[in-house]
Amino acid sequence: MTDLTPPPLLAVQNLRKYFPTQRQNPFQRNAAPHLLHAVDDVSFTLEAGESVGLVGESGCGKSTLVRLLTRLLDPTGGAIRFEGKDLAQIPARRFARHPLRSHIQLVFQDPHDSLNPRHTAFDTIAAPLCQLGGFQPSALLKARVAELAELVGLPEPLLSRFPHQLSGGQKARVGIARAIALHPKLLILDEPTSALDVSVQAVILQLLADLQARLGMSYLFVSHDLNVVRLLCDRIIVMYLGQIIEMGPTAAIFDHPRHPYTQALIAAIPDPTQPPQALQLQGEPRSPIDPAPQVCRLYGRCPQGVAQCQEAMPLLAPMGEQHWAACHFSGQSFTHSHSAG
Amino acid sequence: MIHSKKIIRTVETQTLLRVEDLALEFRTRSGTVQALDQVSFSLAMGETVGLVGESGSGKSVLALAILGILDRAAEVTKGAIALQGIDLLKIPRAELRQKRGKEMAMIFQNPRVALNPIRQVGKQLEDVLAVHQRGPKQGRRDRALALLSQVRIPDPERRYHAYPYELSGGMCQRVMIALALAANPKVLIADEPTTGLDVTTQAAVMGLIRDLGQQGEMGTILITHDLDLAAQYCDRLLVMHAGHIVEAAPTAQILRQPCHPYTTKLIAATPDPHKTLGELLPIAGHLPDLRGDLPPCRFRSRCDRPLPECDRPPLIRQTITPGHTVACHHPLTPEVQP
Repeated sequence: MTDLTPPPLLAVQNLRKYFPTQRQNPFQRNAAPHLLHAVDDVSFTLEAGESVGLVGESGCGKSTLVRLLTRLLDPTGGAIRFEGKDLAQIPARRFARHPLRSHIQLVFQDPHDSLNPRHTAFDTIAAPLCQLGGFQPSALLKARVAELAELVGLPEPLLSRFPHQLSGGQKARVGIARAIALHPKLLILDEPTSALDVSVQAVILQLLADLQARLGMSYLFVSHDLNVVRLLCDRIIVMYLGQIIEMGPTAAIFDHPRHPYTQALIAAIPDPTQPPQALQLQGEPRSPIDPAPQVCRLYGRCPQGVAQCQEAMPLLAPMGEQHWAACHFSGQSFTHSHSAG
Repeated sequence: MIHSKKIIRTVETQTLLRVEDLALEFRTRSGTVQALDQVSFSLAMGETVGLVGESGSGKSVLALAILGILDRAAEVTKGAIALQGIDLLKIPRAELRQKRGKEMAMIFQNPRVALNPIRQVGKQLEDVLAVHQRGPKQGRRDRALALLSQVRIPDPERRYHAYPYELSGGMCQRVMIALALAANPKVLIADEPTTGLDVTTQAAVMGLIRDLGQQGEMGTILITHDLDLAAQYCDRLLVMHAGHIVEAAPTAQILRQPCHPYTTKLIAATPDPHKTLGELLPIAGHLPDLRGDLPPCRFRSRCDRPLPECDRPPLIRQTITPGHTVACHHPLTPEVQP
């Protein structure tokens, strides 16, 4: 809005990705294909040094959004402004060699599957340095890889090992070292700890917090484990069926969730001190294929669900400082209406 | 409230499954892996027992051993697994196969992998019924539909014809549960039934398993590494470490007063809504290599406060309160009753 402030590190504007699905009738070749709205009109910003959590159930478009931001997919529409430059204009095929690529790096979900089984830990960490960092195989490269290994707490003798000779936590460290090798400004973490044990998860989470403090990166932390997101993130974005339905500071989201879906998510976190609560959402999500543009995506599952929800799609409305929610009723508290029903 | 009532009930009711002093080894080219050792526990009717521990601690191996579906390289060297008084290790294979599915069933970790991808889910249910139930084909179909609606799959008539890829993760897991429940088993083993599912689906699936467990005459073993989840749904917890059950106690008791150093560390490493990142304490060290000679206490190398007697066999098991046992020489509590 104001021209005085520098642009945010990442500004996503009205980003959309629709996947065409199979035509129903093979004789109607010219009929428009059905479109799966994986990411539908998503806008948010991410400041330098900030960590933002992205949560939502499986199939809500988290991974598609990640793939759009890392430019592995071409968006259907919208803009991805990274330091003011629109990445959405660059075709995904060309982005592989683009200078901006080194600024956005990704840590993959499964450390076992995302490492090349024929590369040693050294090769894996050195690959981005040689590909994009202009390093040649040299003593300098060796020193840099050793430095990275030390940064992520990987003992140097392990660098000559292959993935199958490393433990889960060590593989996670290799994946993180590879991602931070080029000093990225934005690190996208796609469920980095879901494949790890709690004991190892704690170490990796602390390592990530420490690296952020030292290197000043921004994190986009994708997860469906809300307890983990809460530990690491300043802000949280909640997605449901391709749309952002709520975003705000972590404390506000956890203490005063405004959207009924977020409230159900928070209530569903297992708490050992409480007996399990009745589930607030019933049924299955609506189909993401050609969704009706005027119907709220949660309609049918929502404990509220009135006629208005079918007639006008609720838009993100401010709820507090930096806090938005997309629900006609988010100004009200749901708790008593729920207990009454 | 429901919890305390159930605990009292389990003390009274009969034992369904009893595992006694079980030891199991894998013969591999690189040596003998002592996967389970001195494992003893029991499961009562209507009870839910949680098996928690890191990966590699032997949780799944124990489950597979109970069902008798381990690889040939596995050998039970000691102990007994008694289902309603019958030792499953001594009966012929054909008899065991009859019991498997009918009297004990398992919900596998990844439903998409465990279901047949090229067979309609309704047909898969009928396949199970055909093995365990005599009767007309139409009866099986009706029963399959009833099972699908029992696991709260909306529109079972339509889903009957669905292939696994057409269903969401939560739906596939429900089909998996329906398969496991098809022959009304007495023992249900759920191996990480909600890994990969999001919290809302997890709550739905766990609620379903709990409700069905309470309705039917069934005992449930829940295997998980999510301590919070186990705490919410289990009456008792068994903490496993490197093939040993290091602590066993009623859930509330173990969370309020963990006695084994490993249990305390496991609780301290688990993120929960009341902890900050700094309060999360990782567990130092690794599981010991289960090949070759092992110390009597397999937690010895990771323990903060080892004593000289920790190196001397046998592994001491102490009772803290009735129903609360711990395999440690000096558990973390002042009032120990040896």
